[in-house]
Formats: sequence, C-alpha cells, structure tokens
Amino acid sequence: MEIFGIPTQALFGQLLIGLINGSFYALLSLGLAVIFGLLNIINFTHGAQYMMGAFCAYFLLTKLGIGYWWALAVTPLAVGIIGMVIERLMLARLYKLDHLYGLLLTFGLALIIQGLFRNEYGTSGIPYALPQELAGGHNLGFMFLPNYRAWVILASIVVCLATWFMIEKTRLGAYLRAATENPQLVQAFGINVPRMITLTYGFGVALAAFAGVMAAPIYQVNPLMGADLIIVVFAVVVIGGMGSIMGSIVTGFALGLIEGLTKVFYPEASNTVIFIIMAIVLMIKPAGLFGTQR
Amino acid sequence: MSAVHELAPRAGGFAHQRIAAAVMIAFFALAPLVAYPVFLMKVMCFALFACAFNLLIGYGGLLSFGHAMFLGTAGYASAHAAKAWGFPPEFAILFGTACSALLGFVTGLLAIRRQGIYFAMITLALAQMVYFFYLQAPFTGGEDGIQAVPRGKLFGLLDLNNVWAMYALVFAVFVGGFLLIHRAVHSPFGQVLKAIRENEARALSLGYDVNRYKLLAYVLSATLAGLAGATKVLVFELASLTDVHWTMSGEVVLMVLLGGLGTVFGPVVGALIIISMENYLAQIGSWVTVVQGVIFVICVLTFRRGVIGELGRLIGKPL
Amino acid sequence: MFSNRSIFAAAPLAVAASLAQAQISDGVVKIGVLSDMSSLYSDIGGGGSVVAARMAIADFPTKGIKVELLSADHLNKPDVGSSIARQWYDVDKVDVIVDVPTSSVALAINQITREKGKAFLVSGAASSDLTGKACSPNTIHWTYDTWMLANGTGNAIVKTGGDSWYFITADYAFGLALERDTEAVVLKNGGKVLGKVRHPLNAQDFSSFLLQAQASKAKIIGLANAGGDTTNAIKQAAEFGIVKGGQNLAGLLVFLSDIHGLGLDKAQGLIFTETFYWDLNDQTRGFARRFAAANSGKYPTMVQAGVYSAITHYLKAVTALKGDDGTKVIAKMKELPTDDPLFGKGTVRIDGRALHPAYLVEVKKPSESKGPYDYYKIRATIPADQAFRPLSEGGCPLVK
Repeated sequence: MEIFGIPTQALFGQLLIGLINGSFYALLSLGLAVIFGLLNIINFTHGAQYMMGAFCAYFLLTKLGIGYWWALAVTPLAVGIIGMVIERLMLARLYKLDHLYGLLLTFGLALIIQGLFRNEYGTSGIPYALPQELAGGHNLGFMFLPNYRAWVILASIVVCLATWFMIEKTRLGAYLRAATENPQLVQAFGINVPRMITLTYGFGVALAAFAGVMAAPIYQVNPLMGADLIIVVFAVVVIGGMGSIMGSIVTGFALGLIEGLTKVFYPEASNTVIFIIMAIVLMIKPAGLFGTQR
Repeated sequence: MSAVHELAPRAGGFAHQRIAAAVMIAFFALAPLVAYPVFLMKVMCFALFACAFNLLIGYGGLLSFGHAMFLGTAGYASAHAAKAWGFPPEFAILFGTACSALLGFVTGLLAIRRQGIYFAMITLALAQMVYFFYLQAPFTGGEDGIQAVPRGKLFGLLDLNNVWAMYALVFAVFVGGFLLIHRAVHSPFGQVLKAIRENEARALSLGYDVNRYKLLAYVLSATLAGLAGATKVLVFELASLTDVHWTMSGEVVLMVLLGGLGTVFGPVVGALIIISMENYLAQIGSWVTVVQGVIFVICVLTFRRGVIGELGRLIGKPL
Repeated sequence: MFSNRSIFAAAPLAVAASLAQAQISDGVVKIGVLSDMSSLYSDIGGGGSVVAARMAIADFPTKGIKVELLSADHLNKPDVGSSIARQWYDVDKVDVIVDVPTSSVALAINQITREKGKAFLVSGAASSDLTGKACSPNTIHWTYDTWMLANGTGNAIVKTGGDSWYFITADYAFGLALERDTEAVVLKNGGKVLGKVRHPLNAQDFSSFLLQAQASKAKIIGLANAGGDTTNAIKQAAEFGIVKGGQNLAGLLVFLSDIHGLGLDKAQGLIFTETFYWDLNDQTRGFARRFAAANSGKYPTMVQAGVYSAITHYLKAVTALKGDDGTKVIAKMKELPTDDPLFGKGTVRIDGRALHPAYLVEVKKPSESKGPYDYYKIRATIPADQAFRPLSEGGCPLVK
C-alpha cells in the first residue's frame, strides 16, 4: 500500500525517525523554555552547553574510565554547576537591565566556548562508542530500529514529563513561577529568590548537557555540534510559546515528526520547514501555540 | 536599551558632533594614502551596515538578530544584476538596495508585531530561512557564491577597476548613507521614534501609529544595510553565503555594541575596530571568534556604553 | 604604496627589471599558505599545511634564494580569502599562494591570481573547474579533484561488483557535481543508479536518508558529501546495521583525518580514493614521522602532502628560472617533470593539472591495524595518466 507514492512501511519508518529527532528538539527546547519561562533570559549558550555535555561524557570515558550510564548522571551535574557559576558571576548582574543584554552575553559566551573547544579539538569530530547494553536493534518489519534510538525516545519522554510535572504541579515549581512574576513579594515570604534563579538556570543547562550525552554516541562529538542546532531550537521554542513548558515538549516532538515527513517528500527543504512553520504560526498566533501574551 | 537614555542631545550641543564628523570624513579621505584601500573600503561598507543596524536598535529600540539577510540579499541581487544582466554599477547597486528594502518590508510586517526578545528571535529565524533559500537557489552559486562580478563603468564614464575610482564611489556611498541616517534621526520622524522608544503607550495615546513608525524605521534600516551590501560586492567582485549567515548578524551587533549603541559615531568606530582585528588577527584566525566572544562579554558586563559612549561621557557631550 | 610618487619611482625600476633576466622580486620568494585553520577543513589542511610547507622549504636546497613563509586563515569564506589574497599580493608582495581548501575560495583566488600575474598552487580544493573552464596560466591544481574522485572510486567499485548504487548527496554545488560525475562513471561501466536523495548541508541526522538507501537495496551507497556530513552518515550507518545488512558505503571524499575522527570500528570496510598515504614506502613513512613530530602527532593527509609536493616543485622551477614572476614560474613548472618523495614521479599538464598516481583504499578492521594511523589497505593503484580527466574533456581554453 502506498501513501502519496511512498510505501506505508517506509512512511512509518520515517515517522519513527522523526520522533527520535523530535526527542532531541524537545529536550533542548525544554531547557531553553525553562530558562526563558522562569528567568526571562534567552540562553544562547544552550548549544555550547549541549556540546559541553557531549564532550564531558567523552572526557569521563577517556580520562576517568567512567562509562555512559554514569555519564548520564554526572555530566548534567558537572555542566549544570558550570552553568550556575556563569549565572552567579555574570548573568546576575544583568537582571536589572534590558533582557536583551542577557541574550548578548550568552551569545558572547557561546562564541568563546565554541571557539576554545574548536581550537583544541578541531572540527573532525571525536568518536564516542555506543554503550554495549544498547547496541544492536530490532527488526520491526517496516524498519530496523536501533535499540539506542528507542532508548532516546523513552528517556526523553520521561525527562520531559518529569520536568513538566515538577514545574507545573509541585510546590517548588509554584515558588519558581511566582518568583518570576513578583520576585520581591516572594522574597518577602522568606524564599531565597536569587538562589532559586541560580538553581533554575543550572537545571536548564543540565537538561542541555543531558541531551548532549544522549547525542554523543550517535552524532559526531564536535565543537560545532550545537551551533546550528540552537537556532532550530529557538524556532521550536518560539512556535511552542516562549514560556510554555508543555508547549516546547509538544512542539519539539511534533516538529521532529514534520521534519521527518519533509525528508521523505521533499528532503531539500527539511532545514527550512521549521522556520516556515514558525513564520506561519507567528502570523496567526504571535504568542506561540501554547503561549500567553506577555 | 538604557545606555541610550543618558545621551539625549542637549540644545545647541552639536558643534562637537560636527567636529567629529569632519574628523571621520577626513580620516576616510586621507587614510588610503597610507593604508590599504581595499581594507578601508571594507571598513566603510561595514560601517554603513553598522550605522543602519544602529538606526534600528539605538533609535528604534529593536534588536534585530537577522540583519545579515539584508546585507546578503542586496549583495546577491546586485551581483546577479551586474554579472548576468549586465547592469551598470549604479543600477546594480540600486537594484540590490531595492531588493533589500522589499525584503525589509515583508519581514518587517511579520516581525514588528512583537518586541524585545521575541523580535530578536523572529528576525533570527527569518534570516535563517533566507540563508537556506540562498544556499539552494541556483543563481547564487551556493557555496561558490557569485564570482568575478564585473565592476563596470560608473555612469558609463568612470572605470571602477581603477582602485581610486572605486574608493571614491564607496566613500560617497558611505558619507551619503551616514548623512541620510543623521537626517532621519534628527527629523520629526526621528523624534517620534524616540518618543516610541521611551514610552510606547504614551506615544500611542498621543495618536501616533506606533507600528507604522517602527516598520518605517525597520525598512529604512534594511534599505541602508542593503546599500552597504550591494556596494561591498562590487568592491570584492564576489557575493557569498558568508553575508547571509547568522554569524554575520552577530558581528554587526558586536560592532555596534562595541562602538556604542545609540551613539552617532559608535557604529563606525566599532566597525573599524572589528574589521581591523579580523584583518590583523588573520594569522591566528582560529582565535578570532574567541576574541569576539570575549569582547561581547566584556562590553555587556562592564562596557555597555561602548567606545564612543564612554568618550562622549568623558567630554560630557553625546557623540 | 599607491601614491603617485611611488608609481613614478617604480617605473625606472620596472624597466630595469624587465631588461635584466627574470629576477626574484624584492630579493625574496614569499610563499603564503592560505587555509582553513579553524573550521571544517582545519584537520584536512589547516595548521598541518603550514607544517608541510615549512618542511618543504627546509628540505629544499635553496642555494642562495631567500624564502619566507606566511600563513592565514580564510575561515572557509570567499570574501575573507579574497581580501587576504589581495592584501598579500598588493601589500605584502607574496609571490605564490598555496593550499586553499574550499572550492568557492579557491575559485576566487584563482581569479585574483590571474589578474595580478602571480602564482597559485591549489592542494585543498576539489573543483575540477580549476583545470576546466576556469583554468588559468597562473594556477596549478595538485592532489585531487572531483573528476578523479568520481572516476577512481566509481570505476573501481563497479568493476569489483558494486553495480547498483544509491546516492546520498549534499545539496550544494560540490555534492551535486560529485554525484553527477560518479553517476556518469557508474552508468558508463554498466552499473545502475537506483535512486538518490539530497540532504541539506551540515545535516546532523542521516537516519531518514539512510533508511531510504536501505530500502532501495542498492549494493553501494555513495556518499556525495564531505567532512562532517560524511562522518555523520558513516557513523549512523553503522548504527542502522547497513554494512551488516550487506550494503557497502562508498565515501566519495574522505580523508585520513576523517577516519581518525570516526574510529576504525565505524569506518571499517569503507572504500574511497586518495592520492597519498603515509604508509606506502620508506620515503613516505619517513616524511610522516617527521611531520607528525611537528604536528602534535597527527599524520599527514593527502592535502598536506600535496602542499609539500607543490612547494618543492615550485622552488625547483624558481631555481631553474632564477626568478619568481608568477606566470613564468607556472609555465616552468609545467615544463619540468615532478619528482618528490611523496608522490613519486609525475608531470604537470598544460591545463594546470598535476598528474600523479591515485590509490583505491579500503579501511582496515580494528583487528588489522597495528599502530597509530594504520588505517588503509591499498586495493588498487590507478596510474597517473588514467587517474585524471583527459585533457580533451575539460573545456580549458588554454588547451588548443
């Protein structure tokens, strides 16, 4: 059976691939949305932090012999801490100013981090092995699904939903959301707002690093891996509604699917389709699909 | 952005600006006798680009992160016109500029609805779309770019292959563009823009169609950025993807930030510094991005007024 | 500089210079290595090209000729590259520019070099237009080009049974040219092309395209792309069990540094064409060891070896001519046969194409590799006169 000239088998295969890519988009845009939604900072460094996550996994493996599974836990912590240091030392000074300065600062930081890594490691990429437990795959009939890719979808959904739950449904999340809207009042209630902000930024960065570790076995670990990806993720966040956590998750997966379909029917446009959708969404609903006017 | 508010021009305080303008014009007129003219032409094109960008951020209060699309569009249009259609240089430049103006109008309609960070993100994504279009469109030559663009004879008389003739043209374009921006800023239009930037709600309540003014500023900025781009391809006889890549958008932000957001001469100085740095650091090209990043960070944290802004504060008058 | 005074002052000197036999301009031969030092191709050319250039100058018995070396990073951008080239030629009096990976930059430099009558030795760029419709009396194209890659790899693979192909192509001029040339070779040799898919440049994820290639059941999946795209595709092909499923990957432009970046377990079995491998003979091995010592342990790619070879031949021509006028030196380089420890004996054709043998290589399995950078098995040697496009087919105006 064929749909639009493509056999259904192939189509399902492509949709599944799209879902896998969507997982990365969702994870990354989640981190960005958390940071923007709660702190009003556009974290341009997100791509570089994703890259640092992948490199950190590589260092852990080659210098300390720490394998993939531990890296999944350790890397987000390590890179998250670096993120918190950045926030304390530099971003915190900019909160009183126009938010655009935060964007410019993180942009500059991204240039520095990527430039330094590139000087040191070149751009050919560094191999990082698939963890043995996840090697191989299953033949699903319509395609061969590598186990690792299935794991990516699973892990991504779990992390996204856990984050969403924590922010929207727990008390901690409520404090965070309140602190964004009225920091003075929340501070007056005795909650250490600056510390919460630092931790939130660290958490968003940790999400990026987590995505980096997930990416290391399948995409080449190279200093520029986050550079072009970040702009796509921005588009995802804008479409989803810039502060909406659920919006980013849903849009991330949805866009992965749409991009997957585009690759089948008109692959040359697979890079642009996200931006075209963004332009359309902005014309119809400027606040984004799930966003609220700010 | 806050740096601009401190530099409100005071009545009768323009003499120092005229002096500064004279210094700038003299510099560009005489420098080619000692420095490499092609380098200076590059600086002037980028200075115009930066001034156009500054018009939008410094006076309109809108940070566009996609201005490269105007530089590049005009460049490609003008290169194609000169090479494939045989346009003489003055028409090629005009055509390129017109194309940028049109793109500015279309993207402006989409982007103006939002402000601040949203505006920046939208312009970034729109520019990325434009980039991918040019990457694939056959007429741009993709990665190769449009090579061997003929400079031609200006008005049928002046052979632009002579480096002095070309220099004179670029100089005229730069000074003309600069003066145009200056006129626009100090006109009633400029005053309304300033009012919108300082308090949009009040301007709206006074009956000004805020969106229309912002769109006009955006299109003007796009047009002048296009003028810079169209002239630049004639200087280098080459139009390439570099001019539409998002890193170019980042560079112009850096130039204006370093020079001084919202100042009159800041963008020119910023362009001069950044282009010189790229030129003289070409030997250690791999460090250029790191240095640019460091300058960004330092400027944002401690040097927000930029070179000219600090200078202006030192002498107590806005520059 | 350009002031009127200096033009008049230079006039009598210029007359004197042309009256005397060809002379070395300002007494020194200045060589400029223009490469990508910091981005996509920095491992293929980059700093290594500068090392190779230095070695070439040091190894050459210069007999009284002063040689200076400059280098710069063109960042893969034609406008940066052409600015640097102009400045080098006009201000710094550079006589010859070497390397220049990235065809778009090389084409721009080709044009400028011709305008200014200097010399240009291309090692890094791939476009066969440089010896075709854009050929110039001031340019020599060393090391490789798209025609050689397509023919070397395509021919050899079809002859050994790989007669059904599926292309995964980077959707830009270089990728399309590579696909077109390889497809022509495959069809000429009786093979079939079962399909092709175009991917955007710098696509991170190839799973979708690989899936389509897998579904086509073609015996050979041709990767008409380069750099990060190729390595990403190869890495992900391993993940999807493509090679295990019986299909083979053919890289159309792969370098030693790419294999190093991938690792043998992912790259094993890959077949492609190169014109230099460090482990060919004692001379190349000796060179590689000295090179690696000066280049942080990284072994030379064919581009870097090409820089060494090109400069060696250039200096030979300059010595014979006792002058460094660009057009004249290039003409001399075409007269003299080439002979260096890396590429062996060869010639330079009238269209500017340097001819030397090419090698069809296969990447070893991890178990077969005995030392650092021990990556290739040589499957076949393509003699110099067959490896490159025949003179008559190029469309070069210099060929009468």
